[in-house]
Amino acid sequence: MDATRKPRVAVHKFSSCDGCQLAFLNLGEPLLELAGRVDLVHFAEAGPFDPDAEVDVAFVEGSVSTPEDIERILHIRARSRMLIAIGACATAGGIQALRNGADGAAWVAQLYSHPDAIDSLAHSTPIATHVKVDFELWGCPVSGPQILQVVNSLLLGVAPRDNADKVCTECKRQGHPCVMVTRGVPCMGPVTRAGCGALCPGLGRDCYGCYGPAENANTDALAAQFRALGLDAAAIVHRFQSINSQAPVFLAAAGKAEMTRDA
Amino acid sequence: MPIPTEDARFLPADQLTSLVAGLMAIGYRCIGPAVEQGAIVMRPLDTPALPRGLQAEQQPGSYRVGRDPHDRYFAWANGPQAIKPLTFAPQEAMWRVERNAAGTLQFAAVLPPAERLAVIGVRACDLAALALQDAHFLREGRRDTHYARRREQLFLVAVQCAVPAATCFCASTGDGPTPTSGFDLALAELADGFVATAGSDAGRAVLATLGLAPATSQQCEAARQQGVAAASAQTRRMPGGLRETLMSRLEHPRWDDVAARCLACGNCTAVCPTCFCHAEADAPALDGRSSEHARNWDSCFGESHGHLHGTNVRPDIRTRYRQWLTHKLATWHDQFGRSGCVGCGRCIAWCPVGIDLTEEVAALTGGSDQRAPESGKGAA
Repeated sequence: MDATRKPRVAVHKFSSCDGCQLAFLNLGEPLLELAGRVDLVHFAEAGPFDPDAEVDVAFVEGSVSTPEDIERILHIRARSRMLIAIGACATAGGIQALRNGADGAAWVAQLYSHPDAIDSLAHSTPIATHVKVDFELWGCPVSGPQILQVVNSLLLGVAPRDNADKVCTECKRQGHPCVMVTRGVPCMGPVTRAGCGALCPGLGRDCYGCYGPAENANTDALAAQFRALGLDAAAIVHRFQSINSQAPVFLAAAGKAEMTRDA
Repeated sequence: MPIPTEDARFLPADQLTSLVAGLMAIGYRCIGPAVEQGAIVMRPLDTPALPRGLQAEQQPGSYRVGRDPHDRYFAWANGPQAIKPLTFAPQEAMWRVERNAAGTLQFAAVLPPAERLAVIGVRACDLAALALQDAHFLREGRRDTHYARRREQLFLVAVQCAVPAATCFCASTGDGPTPTSGFDLALAELADGFVATAGSDAGRAVLATLGLAPATSQQCEAARQQGVAAASAQTRRMPGGLRETLMSRLEHPRWDDVAARCLACGNCTAVCPTCFCHAEADAPALDGRSSEHARNWDSCFGESHGHLHGTNVRPDIRTRYRQWLTHKLATWHDQFGRSGCVGCGRCIAWCPVGIDLTEEVAALTGGSDQRAPESGKGAA
């Protein structure tokens, strides 16, 4: 980047709950520090509004869920040197992608008094389905430290580190006894990406996979252990069909478990 | 080897608290057993009173805290960790770099506080593992400052394992169940108290302050017998001399079989008291003027462990499990002159899917993972 000017940064929102934007806002003091090193040109939730601005880095929260979303993401991509998808919606379609395997139109008809006012696509899809994404930050929501690490790396001119290790790695570094071993609860940690700091196991509960699949995630072995712990096929399907239901590894695992359901 | 009897003292059960209080009084922060999140963990003690009657039922992939009907202090074999996190920190800063006003980078070591720690309740397997960690971190010419600072301050109160877990096999590796070296004090718990022996000058000094009567020959013999019985009670075994056999089976179909079951979560390496792998990472400050270089526990089951420039030499679970097992049991001999396994069984209990190292070795070598009654070497 041109050293004489601050990098221009935008934060865009698509179909999402805004929780990942809150990860920015919740940074507190570091956010002020960050604001001094970059030119934050668009971040509607924080104030600056210029959705058409040309930027060096665009952070994109949310999934592509409406026809308008498709047009807008193409527009943003064309104006951004680097595009970073943040959060489960942007990387895997989010919780709203549960409709991908269901009759979404029927849901809309049941829930809304004027279904014709709803203009959504049949599927909720990750940003990378539509445009080139330079880096993905997984998590629901992403954590402040993850955001800082990415921004810092870019400011220093190095590629952000992609940590696809399992939640167990962080869990054991913090000294939490394994909840699967001590209580037999079906923890998703062994197939889920690190990044949250083992938040749930640290509170004595099982990971529910909100950071998406880790590398070399052996979902077959974990599903087999869930069965051994007493989960039926439907419960195993639900373990994999949650926040990141459309992440290919979890989608396949849920599909396999579905096939073992009693007819 | 039995507990040396000449200098053995008898510590009545109700005076264990005095021992801990004495250590606290001379400035040790005492670490002892506590139950946390369903496991017996080693935590700083607020008071000198240790919990009584804890027990731990261990099976492949399962750990349950229970009650000892005899209300003993140490009727549990082990928890997920003992000494390792106290000497080889799971995550810590190694050095910092700052850019000064003139724009020059200045590097400074970040040294951990040298805290005097007394660890109460370590086992023979933990001591054997510590000796291996010492061999790695305190190598001649490659002394690790962070490890050394913590290690120098340790006071170790070992206990004989009277109640081995179903996952234990230290008798077959020759590392337990009775501590024989590497401790400051060693205790063997009998019905009414402890046979206590010192293993260092510091230990002798602490023992002397308690004004204890010598242990009787009957008490010493009871402790010895208890060790023999604990060794015989172990059902799993790890055969010796695996180096050549394992290295000749690198293409054995069992590696595919275990890879189908293994989660590659790395829990086995985290709880293994001899595993020492770590990864280093930089955490630059947001103002761009300083950065901290950290060392974190790593695992051969993770992606970056096998990453060389442009390629990953262990891309799948099969090659990662094979690396873990063959390093631990075979090539460790080349590095350290012995196997890296001390028979604590933690990798078996704390594997979320219950993969049993002794069973995998038996399948790979065509041997048995069951211990014949007369096969124990180095028992007691």
